[in-house]
Amino acid sequence: MSASEPLLRVEDLRVEFHTGDGVVHAVDGITYEVHAGQTLGIVGESGSGKSVASMTTLGLTRNQGASISGRILFEGRDLVACSDEELRSVRGKDIAMVFQDPLSSLHPFFKVGAQLIEAVRTHQDVSKAKARERAVELLNLVGIPDASRRVDEFPHEFSGGMRQRAMIAMALANEPKLLIADEPTTALDVTVQAQVLALLERLQRELGMAIVIITHDLGVVAELADDVAVMYAGRIVETTSAEVLFSKPEHPYTWGLLKSLPTLEGSRREALVPIQGAPPSLINRPSGCHFHPRCPYSQPEHERIDPKLEPIAGEPNHHVACLLDSETRKRLWAQLSAGDTPEQAQAALGEAGGRP
Amino acid sequence: MARYIIRRLLWGVALLIIVSAVTFVMFRVFPTADPAKLRAGRLQDPKVIAAIRNDLGLNKPILTQFWIYMKGIFLHFDLGYSYYSTAPVKTLIFDRVWATVSLVLGGAVVWLVSGLAVGIVSARKPRSFLDRFSMGGALVLVSAPEYWLGLLVLYAFAADIGQVKIFPGAGSYVGLTSDPVKWFTSLILPWLVVAASNAAVYARLMRGSLIETMSEDYIRTARAKGLTERRVVLRHGVRGAINPILTILGLDIGVLLGSAILVETVFDIPGIGRLNYDAITHSDFPIVQGTVLIAALFIVVANIVVDIAYAYLDPRVRYS
Amino acid sequence: MSALVEVRDLVKHFPLTRGIVFQRKVGAVRAVDGVSFEIEQGETLGIVGETGCGKSTTARLIMRLLESTSGEIRFEGEDITHMKGAALKAVRREMQMIFQDPYSSLNPRKTIGSIIGEPFAIHRLNEGKGERRKAVQELMETVGLNPEHYNRYPHEFSGGQRQRIGVARALALKPKLLIADEPVSALDVSIQAQVLNLLRDLQSEFGLTVVFIAHDLSVVRHMCDRVAVMYLGKIVEIGGGDELYDFPRHPYTGALLSAVPVVDPSRHGEQRRLLSGDVPSPANPPSACRFHTRCPKAQPLCSTQEPPLEDKGSGTRVACHYPLTREEVAQIGVRSAP
Repeated sequence: MSASEPLLRVEDLRVEFHTGDGVVHAVDGITYEVHAGQTLGIVGESGSGKSVASMTTLGLTRNQGASISGRILFEGRDLVACSDEELRSVRGKDIAMVFQDPLSSLHPFFKVGAQLIEAVRTHQDVSKAKARERAVELLNLVGIPDASRRVDEFPHEFSGGMRQRAMIAMALANEPKLLIADEPTTALDVTVQAQVLALLERLQRELGMAIVIITHDLGVVAELADDVAVMYAGRIVETTSAEVLFSKPEHPYTWGLLKSLPTLEGSRREALVPIQGAPPSLINRPSGCHFHPRCPYSQPEHERIDPKLEPIAGEPNHHVACLLDSETRKRLWAQLSAGDTPEQAQAALGEAGGRP
Repeated sequence: MARYIIRRLLWGVALLIIVSAVTFVMFRVFPTADPAKLRAGRLQDPKVIAAIRNDLGLNKPILTQFWIYMKGIFLHFDLGYSYYSTAPVKTLIFDRVWATVSLVLGGAVVWLVSGLAVGIVSARKPRSFLDRFSMGGALVLVSAPEYWLGLLVLYAFAADIGQVKIFPGAGSYVGLTSDPVKWFTSLILPWLVVAASNAAVYARLMRGSLIETMSEDYIRTARAKGLTERRVVLRHGVRGAINPILTILGLDIGVLLGSAILVETVFDIPGIGRLNYDAITHSDFPIVQGTVLIAALFIVVANIVVDIAYAYLDPRVRYS
Repeated sequence: MSALVEVRDLVKHFPLTRGIVFQRKVGAVRAVDGVSFEIEQGETLGIVGETGCGKSTTARLIMRLLESTSGEIRFEGEDITHMKGAALKAVRREMQMIFQDPYSSLNPRKTIGSIIGEPFAIHRLNEGKGERRKAVQELMETVGLNPEHYNRYPHEFSGGQRQRIGVARALALKPKLLIADEPVSALDVSIQAQVLNLLRDLQSEFGLTVVFIAHDLSVVRHMCDRVAVMYLGKIVEIGGGDELYDFPRHPYTGALLSAVPVVDPSRHGEQRRLLSGDVPSPANPPSACRFHTRCPKAQPLCSTQEPPLEDKGSGTRVACHYPLTREEVAQIGVRSAP
């Protein structure tokens, strides 16, 4: 997070849903920034709140009866305080969004071209013919072959990768400053995923737009993101640059994620180290630190105290929400990267107590 | 798409052949009474009965009878002869069919417009007062018998007997070609009655279908593009929600065309339903058989139209 | 050690019909188009490939959930390709499957006790009073579920737990062969590792032979002794896990490995070979070598003569006229290469 004015700044955002089963605390006070031309990766699993947070940026959770508090500052304007009317002028224009499943996210009954044209004409006062030209131009931009013919086809006539490209094309219709991509490659094959990620990178270079990419795939984040925020149970537990996150992470959840992933590089024989337990319910969250029931290093008082997202001494761009002190964490990570299991790492530190 | 349409049409023809065959069995093979006597209706004149027996070829083997019958229907559109009314059934039916068609199609327009509008508004504000009121009202209208409703509106609004004399009363129907204005005004009350209970069904259907559609991913995308909520609902939402409505519409219109008997009787509209009713009371068999065939024809045609409309609305269907 | 399963020239075509009145067969989706391999007792064989490659279809053919169009399947030496009736039922006890979607593969109206116990009911085992319940609860403990939850319904469990229920059910009859069709794809990352470890433990405990189908190459590498790579209904490469990942010979395998995002930002920006275009339709696959339309090494021979699946001296079998060399492998940035 550099010194210049961020394009998007989310401040203490809270989103709650009142359901029959209780209050769902989907987003529990998160703060992050995105700078022009940069990519922020938001990593989290199901129930982390990552999708709700990004959809709230565009006000898409409003009609689901969400209670929203906090600020979302885009170019100085607070989107949370904006009326629906004002938000509509931002949606699809300054901020555009791409979703996970392009087959269900594109209207099955309208031609792809028609949907692109609609995106253009919503914000630009141009003739249908001009809009159609722009639609073909956009399809070419995202690398869809034979664009002038494809523009009259229906979504189900496109392959999975092409559909996602078409969604991206639609998002770019009005040259947005910020593109939010919610799990854009999760539903795609790995070679197609590589193509789409390369496309996003190229587009960012050519158009200079900022990207927020939301995913559960750490590999995707490592490929594409400059900065990363890790979310758990509605909160950001760690945020820093991608390089630092993968080399010197300082939150037990991040460690757990990194150690439980099978990769192409690591040893084949080494057992995966899963994170015990399951993601918590967002209605009845664990008290204190939300991660403490699953954390191998938690102490009794972690049940009572809420960790705050704070910078690490000496690393102003690295924020962590953890009650352990930085010294301890660095040592634990050193043990873990040397191949210890969490139990072994804990033991090596000679800590008394803590949960196995 | 063309292939799809042709295939549907061919199936329609095949279906009609099957329906005619079944009707033949129903009306000629099953009845235990002498088919000739049945067709003579209340007349019982032996000379007429003999003539009928001759005409129907009742002395010929049953398969020959069947062949003659089918040839008659498909090549000459000959639906038989009513000895009671001394006229070909075909003529009697065709004279009356337009009244029924006017009634049903007009009613359909009214119920679609009102039902869908109420359904859309209710879906947008589920569990609101408006929603509960409309769905409750819908329940009442569905439960109300058509003849009761018919008599009620006549009592309220008919020019001759009503409290507030706005619309023409019963028996004032004229054909479209003879007097368009009178045709239109005389149908207003009947249309309202036909529409009443059906509108209720469609409102509920639309409400349910739209609520489900609005939770689809593509609606989220439409909003994310910055479209006005109005456009999202009407263009993206309704379009996606319309399929179940279409299915039921085909069935409803098809069936109603053959059986709008209650409304036709209350308002004294000379339609097929009325014809059928009279024929039954006079035991005028040939007409009943003819109306059964015509009713089947309407349903088959309605379903073909619906299938083709499906393919037009949902492009994925065209390729199956 | 003889193979547990032998598959020879297995073919499955799904017919495509067209016609106004009478449906003529105008072509076929060649889902599996001549596949041959063995599965050795006790090993874990991985089958990887992208959408439409035929891996799931192959699994279902082995399980006899689908009838093959031609070819032969042998289980423990016996030809089961066209088996029916009681003989097939007996064979079915030895092969079980775990499915991908834990949310839709369990009957929501049955308690998990009854779901896990169903195999016993079908094969008339453990019919004594309380015997079945005991057997089921033992299974539940083995897979890490609380036996007291016997009477709960699937919706009361999380995705990872549901997948464990599926595993318990599959193990009820102590099968020899377990086919796992994308068992962790629908699960959260932190749960995937739990289920993968479970499968590994169970495999050694029960002496299972496992076929592991996935599109995630990292997972397959971790779990499997041997890996078969499929493309458009054919196996393009098959070999030992280490060899295949360190030195892939088939250009498609190379592309797959190169496409996997690397969890190391410092290697960001390394050269990668990106495959262009999309997978051709399995109804109309390219001639000879299926991959030639997208292969960076394609030569005229590739479109006229289909390369046989054979050992080119590396220990892995590959179906390619011009397999990758070590330099090429390094060039396309295959990360698992040492």
